[in-house]
Amino acid sequence: MLALFVLIPLFVVLILNLLRFDFIKKIACWFGVVLTLAQIGFALFVPIDLLSSRSGFFAKYFAFNFTMDSLSKLMIVTIGIVVFTAIMIGQFTYSDDTKRFNFLNLILLVLAGMNGIVMVSDIFSLYVFIEIVAVASFVLISTYKDKLALESSFKYIVLSITATVFILLSISIFVLISGSTSFTAIANATKNSPSSSLIVIAVCLFICGAFTKGGLVPFHGWLPDAHSSAPSSISILLSGVVIKVTGIYPLIRIMNITGGGGNPVKNILMFVGALSIVVGALASLGQKDIKRMLAFSSVSQMGYIVLSIGIGTPLGLAAAVFHILNHAIFKSQLFANAAAVEKQTGTRDMDKLGGLASKMPVTGGTSIVAMLSISGIPPLSGFWSKLLIIIALWQSAHYAYAFIAVVASVITLAYFLSFQRRVFFGKLAEGLENVKEAKFGLVLPALILALLTILIGVFFPLVLNKLILPIQSILKL
Amino acid sequence: MSTANVEILKLFIPFVILLLIIGFYYILATRNLVRILLGVEIITKAALLSIIVVGYVTDNMPLAQSLAIIMIIIEVFVIAVAAGIIIQIYKVTGSVDARNIRNLRG
Amino acid sequence: MNLILAMLIILIIAALMVVFSSRLLLAAISLAATSIMLTLLMFKLNSPIAAVFELSICAGLITVIFITTISFVKPVAQEDLIETRNKRIKKYAALPIILIIVGVVISYVIKPLVLALPAIVQEKNVANVLWNLRQVDLLGQAIILLVGVFGIVVLFKEGQKK
Repeated sequence: MLALFVLIPLFVVLILNLLRFDFIKKIACWFGVVLTLAQIGFALFVPIDLLSSRSGFFAKYFAFNFTMDSLSKLMIVTIGIVVFTAIMIGQFTYSDDTKRFNFLNLILLVLAGMNGIVMVSDIFSLYVFIEIVAVASFVLISTYKDKLALESSFKYIVLSITATVFILLSISIFVLISGSTSFTAIANATKNSPSSSLIVIAVCLFICGAFTKGGLVPFHGWLPDAHSSAPSSISILLSGVVIKVTGIYPLIRIMNITGGGGNPVKNILMFVGALSIVVGALASLGQKDIKRMLAFSSVSQMGYIVLSIGIGTPLGLAAAVFHILNHAIFKSQLFANAAAVEKQTGTRDMDKLGGLASKMPVTGGTSIVAMLSISGIPPLSGFWSKLLIIIALWQSAHYAYAFIAVVASVITLAYFLSFQRRVFFGKLAEGLENVKEAKFGLVLPALILALLTILIGVFFPLVLNKLILPIQSILKL
Repeated sequence: MSTANVEILKLFIPFVILLLIIGFYYILATRNLVRILLGVEIITKAALLSIIVVGYVTDNMPLAQSLAIIMIIIEVFVIAVAAGIIIQIYKVTGSVDARNIRNLRG
Repeated sequence: MNLILAMLIILIIAALMVVFSSRLLLAAISLAATSIMLTLLMFKLNSPIAAVFELSICAGLITVIFITTISFVKPVAQEDLIETRNKRIKKYAALPIILIIVGVVISYVIKPLVLALPAIVQEKNVANVLWNLRQVDLLGQAIILLVGVFGIVVLFKEGQKK
């Protein structure tokens, strides 16, 4: 049953391409919307045991070895939310029918690939599905074939393949240690001596690859260019879910399986996390392009997540995963707002914008919600996840890192306030008198996501008990 | 069996690392996008060699061979897409000079 | 053992030829030569099936892809060939020195390495039987095939001129 998460998008792509009617191209995006909503529904409301059952005629012919635990469940919900947003925005921002159809095909394949990443129980299959998502991203970034997008895509290719080579070298060391590539075999082989130098080398190589794919400093060179020059829906996809599923999720899995490799590795994680937080926050202060500022903000938030993973306590891990969900929601919403602004005004340069709050009230309102959430203002969802991270840091006596996290949160508030003031408030810039609110289809995802941010923040105890705390019991760090 | 295989492993490790150094140096030092792609190919070959050697040393050739086959196939698609992007860069900008990419800031 | 050592050294020399060749076509052919040496090494290490894949795909298909790309693309600098050759020698002159130093250092560092290799019961069958255990990877390959096809279509098909 779990394989259906991967197989159904694949079949939908095949069927959509075999039926070559013209009207299929126009309504194709709605297939994607239905699929992602079904994915969110199934993952949230069907218990894991029922999903993992291997009965029926399906299991006789195929023996796909997918497993799901509560971390995978949360990641599938996150993937569903972000891909839903990306498809909705893509429906209304792609001008050309053919381009939109190709976009939908590729994004459904990305959906299949990402579902595969979070459900495999074998380190080599993890690499295979990571490559699927990476290759599709290379193509999706350069859909419009403008100079900036093509060059950013090439930069991303080179860095992504470098990360892949690190991951492959790490896989070969794990095969040397344990003789097989499945998670259970590696866990068995490493539990006797988790700090032996060979395991530490393998884990370090793997996390170097994961840092590059996740956009952490000092391997973040590709991220601002790729996320800002990609089309709007692809920025949502990249910043909202790809850097987390291909970068942070393998990191969590490796740290969980191999016992973390001891304190040196955890210190590296915390240092890189803190460095990313600071560099990302400082770099966002000086940006003029909306999407470039949001991309550097993604670097900063990824730093928070890695810092929290590096603490090593179960609370830190749960806080990190909660922040993954929250960041996916409010970053997708911010990029959706940027897409609406760009479509209506034709520019992304903050110097040329101003006073849009009167013309685009819904976009302005939802971006205020996202800004408060990402800066950690109660009672929105971002506040709870940042609070959990700081509590976890305080509990394990890393006072300096807790201080850095709090200060960076203030800097985050600063640059987002500046973004709000320059784009939405202030006096109306010239040339923008005729700007109206974006079409309903563009605004709807932003509304839904803002509502989700508020709901998760208000109903935090419910979310904590049902989704976050089960993760603590499954994972052992 | 074990010590002979470990000897072979010790023979191969320096060469894998040398291939990696050649590839990375080439990627960092060259100015031409096609040459960067060649450097990428070299480091992928180093990873392939490491998987095969590890499979030989742990006497697990079927696993190592299947891993190597899958790696080769995935590498083909990545290189094909990368070559397509290089050709499009040439069509749009008229040159494959990497200095345009290195200075992509702001 | 000596044969393997000789093949490894020829592998490194072929990789160095990729770096040092001043004409792109020569570099692509040197990459094919590197693939052929890797194939021979893989054959010597008891992996004939993977060696055949490497030979046909890396030394064949990827070389064709590179030569296609090179034929689309003109060289970067149209300056004097001698001058570019001198600049190249200066730029890459450090490489063989680094290689020799690193090679010697590493072979001394790992001499005392003692490794406990796992004693596991595994499939001794041919790689084909292993496909029953790695079906997830086959599914991944099918998906990446589709991604590659769509990718090439997106990259190369011109938009409709309205």
